[in-house]
Amino acid sequence: MSATALSAPLVKTPAAPAVPSQSPARLAWRRFRKRPAALIGLGVVVVFVLAAIFAPELAPSDPVKTSWTAIRKAPSALYWMGTDENGRDVLSRVIFGARASMLAGVIAVAIAAGIGVPAGLLAGFAGGWIDTVLSRIVDTMLAVPNLILAIALAAFLGPSLENAMIAIGITAAPIFMRVSRGATLDAATNDYVEAARALGNPGWRVAIRHVLPNIVPPVLVQSTLTIAQAIIAEAALSFLGLGQQPPAPSWGSMLNAAQRFLEQAPWLAIFPGAAIFLCVMSFNLVGDGLRDALDPRGK
Amino acid sequence: MRGHFGQRLLQVLPTLLMVSLLVFLLQQLMPGDPALVLSGEEHDPQMIAQIRAELWLDRPLPIQYLHWLGGVLQGNLGFSWHIRQPVVDLVLTKLPVTLQLGCMAFVIAVLIGVPAGILSAVKRNSFWDYLANGVGLAGLSTPNFWLGIMLILLISVDLGWLPPSGYVPLSEDWRMSLATTIMPAFVLGNAIAAVLMRHTRSAMLTALDQDYVRTARAKGLSETVVVLRHALRNALVPVVTLGALELGTLLAGAVLTEQVFSIPGFGKMVVDAVFTRDYPVVQGVVLVTATIYTLLNLVADLLYVLINPRMRGA
Repeated sequence: MSATALSAPLVKTPAAPAVPSQSPARLAWRRFRKRPAALIGLGVVVVFVLAAIFAPELAPSDPVKTSWTAIRKAPSALYWMGTDENGRDVLSRVIFGARASMLAGVIAVAIAAGIGVPAGLLAGFAGGWIDTVLSRIVDTMLAVPNLILAIALAAFLGPSLENAMIAIGITAAPIFMRVSRGATLDAATNDYVEAARALGNPGWRVAIRHVLPNIVPPVLVQSTLTIAQAIIAEAALSFLGLGQQPPAPSWGSMLNAAQRFLEQAPWLAIFPGAAIFLCVMSFNLVGDGLRDALDPRGK
Repeated sequence: MRGHFGQRLLQVLPTLLMVSLLVFLLQQLMPGDPALVLSGEEHDPQMIAQIRAELWLDRPLPIQYLHWLGGVLQGNLGFSWHIRQPVVDLVLTKLPVTLQLGCMAFVIAVLIGVPAGILSAVKRNSFWDYLANGVGLAGLSTPNFWLGIMLILLISVDLGWLPPSGYVPLSEDWRMSLATTIMPAFVLGNAIAAVLMRHTRSAMLTALDQDYVRTARAKGLSETVVVLRHALRNALVPVVTLGALELGTLLAGAVLTEQVFSIPGFGKMVVDAVFTRDYPVVQGVVLVTATIYTLLNLVADLLYVLINPRMRGA
């Protein structure tokens, strides 16, 4: 048999149709779109985000303006969610409350990821004593239940929304460190990381250019789920009087005030609580959907 | 097994030591000088100096820490600035109330979470599975203080079935004690039930897919026997250990629940201490909670080794 015969194809096959190459993000989005619950969650999250951004335009009235002629009015065509003990419109306060919650969620997660991701990347990539020390610090912080630590921090820092966000962010940082460390250890065993090292790249460059982009998916999932927890934590701290201070509206502080008027004005407790529930549930749905969409072994 | 226990115990000790350092350092975040706060409004320099000397605040930070740690190791958690009592006495008075609430909540969580998880796994992709998952997600997303308020509104205000707040000790009147704690215990157990449901479902799905379950079915055993005697026994191994861990989170949840239902427990004590700026009490509560939580972690780990046949030889 001649060499020409060997190299020639035995059967002529038609050229395969060109498959458009898809980025991992696009693939993940395609998987995410197939989950109706996650899409509904995303839709509700978008509504809350828009409500928080455009609160002044959307709210029917000033959320802190009191009116002695409209004290504890039941929900009606004029006041869709009723009014509170100072005659303030509950709907406006719920809309403005979304601002405090979203801000707390996003900033707390930014603080947590800002501390936890570099620490996790460093621990996972450097290993040795650095890993041991950082892991011990994380073990210590995880030994104190989140809310107790957040209450203690907020108590020592002083009650305010800013301090509540800092407290929630610090208490959430260890979990980001754990997630990033695990993902870094996983990514560091890949051939492309070995190749980057073999080419003589310094460690920090390999970590930032080659490992960091590969730990983004688990960090993104953790961020979404942590936003949900941070919103509950902010509401809890505000409910205890350690977060947003009156008269500024916050869902948690609204619930605190509502406790005194349960018999006379139950709507004061129903609407802010329902807003927290809906918002947190939506973030959890998005987080679950993202986890399934970004996990290559996912269904 | 003994080696594993010793190893784990050795890991716990440095963690507890680090926790003590964290709790001590919390005091450094406090705005202002504690001696100024304690000296009252007069701010007499002589009195301030005396307080600083008594509290060792005039010594370097590492010496202060060692002095404080020495006291803690001897059972001295400090002295309440507001109630004027040793913190350890306050903790010992309030902790049983929270433990009663926590134990009841845990029983409720197991009674709801485990059967729901089994049902969800056995009837996978059915209406019951979707319902259990939906209720589980709702349980995880509901702030327990709001659930508490809603239950007070429905059960106490509208129906008048249970008292809306207060607490009666078990030793005084067990019926009234149950009446005052059942609603808060349900609220506290709700989120744990959701977590247990998810863990049980996941463990049961794995177990139901194993060869020994297929063999049991092939032997002609009824589905109930296969699920309860073969699959569940193995599925419960991770669930039991995770359940022990959740006991620790109950302590944190109790802070809010006790506040809503006005139960004079550990959680309410820390919130009251925050508002009276009684920092030694806040520190004491954080330290005790972290110690309990760390020890529960240890128990969970040992329980896993004990009930997992493959780990017994370890």
